[in-house]
Amino acid sequence: MAKEKLRFNRDIRPILSDACFHCHGPDEKERKGGLRLDLAEKAFLPGKSGLIPITPGKPDESEMLVRIFLESEDSDFMPPPESGKSLTPAQRDTLSRWIEEGAEYEGHWAFENPERPVLPVGKEKLHPVDAFLTNRLQQEGLAMQPEADRETLLRRVSLDLTGLPPTLAELDAFLADDSATAYEKVVDRLLASPHYGERMAMDWLDFARYADSNGFQVDDSRQMWPWRDWLIGAYNRNLSFDRFTIEQLAGDLLPSPTRDQIVATGFNRNHRLNGEGGRIEAEWFVETVIDRVETTGTTWMALTMNCARCHDHKYDPISQKEFYGMFAYFNSIEESGVLGIQGATRNTPPLLHLPTEKDSAELARLDGAIVAAEASVRAASGEMAGALARWEGDLRNRLAVGAGAAAASAWVATSGESAKSLGGASLTRQADGSWLAGGKNPNNDTYEITFPAEPGKIGGILLEVFPDASLPGKSLGRGSNGNFVMTGVELSLRGPGGKEQPIALVSAAADYEQTGYGVAAILENAKAPGAKVAKGWAIEGNSPDKKLPRRAMFLAAAPVTVPAGAVIAVRLRHQSNFADHNAGRFRISTTAHEPALVKLDGGFGLPANLVAILTNEPATRTAADRKALDTWFRANVDHPVKRSAATLAAAKKQRADFEQSLPSVMVMKEKPVAREAFVLNRGEYDRPADPVVRHLPAALPPLPEGAPQNRLGLAQWLVSGDHPLTARVWVNREWERLFGTGIVKTSENFGSQAEWPVHPELLDWLAVEFVSPTLLPAVNGKPAQAWDMKAMIKFLVMSNAYRQSSKVTPELVERDPENRLLARGPRFRLRGELVRDQALAVSGLMAPKVGGPSVRPYMPEGVWDETSRYGDLRNYRADAGDGLYRRSFYTVWKRTGAPPTMLLFDAPNRETCTPKRSRTNTPLQALALMNEVTFVEASRALAERMMREGGKTPEERLTTGYRLATSRRPDAETLLFLRDGFGSRLAEFQSQLDAAKALISQGASKPDPALDPSELAAYTVSANILLNLDRVISRD
Amino acid sequence: MNPLRDLLSTRPDGGALQDLLNRRLFLGRGASALGSAALAGLLGREASAADPIGEGPGLPGFPNHPAKAKRVIYLFQSGAPSQMDLFDPKPQMEAQRGKDLPESIRQGQRLTTMTSGQKSFPIAPSLFKFAQHGESGASISDLLPHLSSVADDLCFIRSMHTEAINHDPAITFCQTGHQLAGRPSIGAWLSYGLGTDNADLPAYVVLTSFGTGRRDDQPLYDRLWSSGFLPTQHQGVKFRNIGDPVLYLSDPAGMSRGMRRSMLDELAVLNQRDLKVFGDPEIDARISQYEMAFRMQSSVPDLTDLSGESEATLTMYGPEVKTPGTYAANCLLARRLAERDVRCIQLFHMGWDHHGGLPNAIKGQCRDIDQPTAALIADLKQRGLLEDTLIVWGGEFGRTIYSQGALTETNYGRDHHPRCFTVFLAGAGIKPGMTLGETDDYCYNIVSDPVHVHDLNATILHLLGVDHRKLTYRFQGRDFRLTDIHGELVKKILA
Repeated sequence: MAKEKLRFNRDIRPILSDACFHCHGPDEKERKGGLRLDLAEKAFLPGKSGLIPITPGKPDESEMLVRIFLESEDSDFMPPPESGKSLTPAQRDTLSRWIEEGAEYEGHWAFENPERPVLPVGKEKLHPVDAFLTNRLQQEGLAMQPEADRETLLRRVSLDLTGLPPTLAELDAFLADDSATAYEKVVDRLLASPHYGERMAMDWLDFARYADSNGFQVDDSRQMWPWRDWLIGAYNRNLSFDRFTIEQLAGDLLPSPTRDQIVATGFNRNHRLNGEGGRIEAEWFVETVIDRVETTGTTWMALTMNCARCHDHKYDPISQKEFYGMFAYFNSIEESGVLGIQGATRNTPPLLHLPTEKDSAELARLDGAIVAAEASVRAASGEMAGALARWEGDLRNRLAVGAGAAAASAWVATSGESAKSLGGASLTRQADGSWLAGGKNPNNDTYEITFPAEPGKIGGILLEVFPDASLPGKSLGRGSNGNFVMTGVELSLRGPGGKEQPIALVSAAADYEQTGYGVAAILENAKAPGAKVAKGWAIEGNSPDKKLPRRAMFLAAAPVTVPAGAVIAVRLRHQSNFADHNAGRFRISTTAHEPALVKLDGGFGLPANLVAILTNEPATRTAADRKALDTWFRANVDHPVKRSAATLAAAKKQRADFEQSLPSVMVMKEKPVAREAFVLNRGEYDRPADPVVRHLPAALPPLPEGAPQNRLGLAQWLVSGDHPLTARVWVNREWERLFGTGIVKTSENFGSQAEWPVHPELLDWLAVEFVSPTLLPAVNGKPAQAWDMKAMIKFLVMSNAYRQSSKVTPELVERDPENRLLARGPRFRLRGELVRDQALAVSGLMAPKVGGPSVRPYMPEGVWDETSRYGDLRNYRADAGDGLYRRSFYTVWKRTGAPPTMLLFDAPNRETCTPKRSRTNTPLQALALMNEVTFVEASRALAERMMREGGKTPEERLTTGYRLATSRRPDAETLLFLRDGFGSRLAEFQSQLDAAKALISQGASKPDPALDPSELAAYTVSANILLNLDRVISRD
Repeated sequence: MNPLRDLLSTRPDGGALQDLLNRRLFLGRGASALGSAALAGLLGREASAADPIGEGPGLPGFPNHPAKAKRVIYLFQSGAPSQMDLFDPKPQMEAQRGKDLPESIRQGQRLTTMTSGQKSFPIAPSLFKFAQHGESGASISDLLPHLSSVADDLCFIRSMHTEAINHDPAITFCQTGHQLAGRPSIGAWLSYGLGTDNADLPAYVVLTSFGTGRRDDQPLYDRLWSSGFLPTQHQGVKFRNIGDPVLYLSDPAGMSRGMRRSMLDELAVLNQRDLKVFGDPEIDARISQYEMAFRMQSSVPDLTDLSGESEATLTMYGPEVKTPGTYAANCLLARRLAERDVRCIQLFHMGWDHHGGLPNAIKGQCRDIDQPTAALIADLKQRGLLEDTLIVWGGEFGRTIYSQGALTETNYGRDHHPRCFTVFLAGAGIKPGMTLGETDDYCYNIVSDPVHVHDLNATILHLLGVDHRKLTYRFQGRDFRLTDIHGELVKKILA
């Protein structure tokens, strides 16, 4: 090994990238001494000093080497101590040897398109994964372990493919199947399970920064679960990874996209949205777009695009301008970039509404109503000429009658009326037709005046109020100061059938209004009938100079037809906080005219020029005259088109309201014209510099031919098959998921700082195979397609490398502590969600439903409320029933107060794209597994299964429990320990029945009353031990 | 969290193996059967095999220099207290009452959209009286009589400034050195770098309380004490004010301590047997964690049990000290955590966001914090703990001299103001009885000795023995640190 020639990518780039590129790499602004070491053509040229940094084959003539070997006190020493970087002696020697060997540069491996390597000689018949791995193992003098025992293997593959352990029936079936294809059948079965999609989706949610809340300060709810359902479904129907990519990034831009394809674009709407008061929209718009660039770059390319936000990337060939070139693909959505909730689901547009079939029927009905209303508008416009002519005729008659007579007043005094006070005052008719109140003066009186109506029309009423000598201060009101506050005026029509029909009064005017007490308040009050109201119409009757007759009119939108024999009722209400302020003497008149033609003084409401036109003979009118009449008529008078238009507006509003009430999901929707984009100085939103257009980093391939220069083109570029990163990144992550560590350990970063792949040929072989399958197996009879996720997963889990035992010897740990060479099977703790899912599954508590809205399982009191009194995600109440027992990744996710048990098990808070989780081992996890109610309840439920299904003796029952939890049978000694522990606990509980009952009563489900409480409690503790075993929360 | 040392995690980035390798403690008991290189590798793979209860050294080479402070108590005042009503008196503003903020002062700097639409920016002089206190003559508002009594222990920085103008990004910036989510908080960095001195408690504990000045304000977020991309065990453990202080601490009803003990013994035996079969050191680590969990079930109740506190002590912290979840109760708890050598103790007191009705609201807030804060300082001092405990008190930004909304004789509000605000420090390594920095007449711009949030954070780390430039973590190929690429020590306040 020592004599093998050094390779730039494997041996040299990691050293240079880490220690030197910061000042001598791609970032032009940071570059020191004009020296660039990441490219051969630059490194072989003299720097500013005139000296040549690297002279191939000649270490002594390479200034770089000279400087790194100087004493650290020397001012020319590299890297300078203040940089915080340093080189080890071994690294210095490596650099020296590399120059001596000729200083051969290579492009960064991850940016070069993978080519399919040939399989190692003599191993062509092996599974390609095993061929590459065993080739390396042989070089190291190592070999793979034998296949894991069948129980372990079944549990491993079941957890990896569905996230759930095998049932006992599945276990028995597999153990009984001695056919050569038994394992493959299991793999196919698991890949066909709906739980496969769930298992895959839960990893993707971390990348997608999925949550049920908007994040930031308020962090209230949103509804993105329809996107999550799409995701589960996409995995389950094995959508190929190229389609999976295109639909999520740009489904909306596909030709005639389906509803599903638009829902898919929710991926890039899962980011946070700032709703803080005082936020500056422009600032957060930029952050929203940058979040998409960063998330897309990390998820598909494992690149840290965001490092180029403020300056050129320090390590990777991505310039700041190229960063904003990417930005320009994501900045033209129909959005503000900040929170702007809409509708019942409180989502922020652009939205896609998701009607059910029933909803669709209702939408169709409402659409029909709109169409009908539109038709009636059209029909009505045909009636306009006639309507105008009739109106003209009426008016001409009225003008003719009124030419010289006072009787022409629009207001007609009523007759034959009666009046009563609901509060018990006396109302006496006066000679002028007014009513005078006397006697009792209640705090809040209501007067009701009724009178027979003349057949015809009624368009409103006039209320006159008069001063009277009998009233306080000889004023108009009964308040001790002479004032009144009228809070309501109601008009209704009682037909001959006796049914009362209110006539809405929509406009009002008065000849005098006390400041702050106008008639508008009366109209306002009518919108909230029955409410305790304070404001109303008052006339300052307390002032000596204001004791004058006052009048106010209240008009309907249009005159209402009055049938023969009808009765009209008027109610005057006084419900202010001012006691006794009832009107003193009043009179009611009515009008039949259009509101627009009625004036307070009874005068004619038509403008003088129109009166002149009308008075002229119709035949003599000019076109302009006719136009003026028509315009005024359309604007001011009730007519068929106006009525139809109102109906149409109402129909449209009803549809919009209904749509807003439907479930929705936030989606991408491109603006017709792209927004401008700029390089932002230092990445700051308010410092735009040069404009940029959409473009891709030059170090990566160009846009595929014919692809559009937009998000769709960007997505097609990622999955064109010529992109060096996409397939490698995905395959490596799947490898990491199944084998514990990626072939490239830095699965989150494939840039210059990435680790050199431990099996570069294998990685490239898999990446090429993923795009252009030759050996990928059929899954459930379906031949592999390009970018076939299920086929690739099956391919990996069929390998010996995956199937081997994970038992390890100290010698092997010594040789390969990180198990990068795979001389043993991978063993690691389960992901947080799976730890809980498994407990629910083995105890039988799990509600297996797939998809749907998020659920609320148990959560300790106050987790949300201790730190926030904002937003609608407060006062957490656990669900009753299934919501307590659904798979963990359906748990409602509030970003600023995420599910606490999940956080303890390394879940990110989902505020930003998280490409990898830690895998920690802490005492808080132990406390959760021992004491969190889900686990205690699951222990009891598992104990019940042991007692009901596990046979008669403690040994049989404990064996069943052990088997449910681990898929294996306990060995004799283990069983002995379990049996002993159970025995002593049983004795303890038998002497403390209350304790037993308390322990088995945890959680919402009830213990089986047929089971003896002491015994059940003792088994519950045994089950709790089982669920806490390292081998249970790990997968061997 | 990190009651133990942190050896327990997969590093999100393979590059950090080296520091794990160097955690010598690991080569203690976990290493018995396996060679050190092998173990180191395992650490890099997934961690673990922790042993380490009891010890908790941090990274090799840390602390970088002798630490003045063994621990920090950071009293975060969430919502942003008004500096000119508390610590930065501007009596000259009385003559400007109601006049518009001059453009020469504002200089076109941005405002939040809560006031950027205001037609005028009327100067609102503080309604509160100031007096000078102690030998140092520190100016403190009458709202804070108790704090005034310990004025000579305090070191004020009137020239703090920050970058964000809204709460969420601003408080995130104070805590993580970055306005957007995703970076580790200061306590997580300390846990990562320095480890713990108490194996039975987390290295980073967070205590929260609502204020009475503005009861619904401002929310806090998990992210403020998150470990970001550092391994998860460094995340702050937020003590709860309802139920168990630490999540899931109590055994379920019906489970006696004796039974828990025997259950754990049985679990350990079974896990040991599996360790023999699989040879995975992670199992050994798991056994230790369960033991640690068991001990926490005693150590945490012991911590929160105040029955041993004297009446004199309780009185000192004020009447609310016995009400869990109050700032006063949390201050006493902070002292008890400090006694137990918890590295980073952070209180978050909400309710300082006074856009309107400030004069009334700030009275409530000051009532909440005045006596307990002063008591905490005096209490630490009398126990000799102030010598090696650093106290920091402050919010995420300042407030405007102009009134948000109408200015009246008795009422005004103040909007967010990132360009200057006041914090104070006390204790280990801090020059007591001094005031650093000066703001202009309008308390709008800094006139001398500006201190950026990065500078404050660099100084806090420095006092704890950490060179802020050296405490880095490689994530996605880049070496991150709390102070990003900034931060200058505030040398003038160092004792």
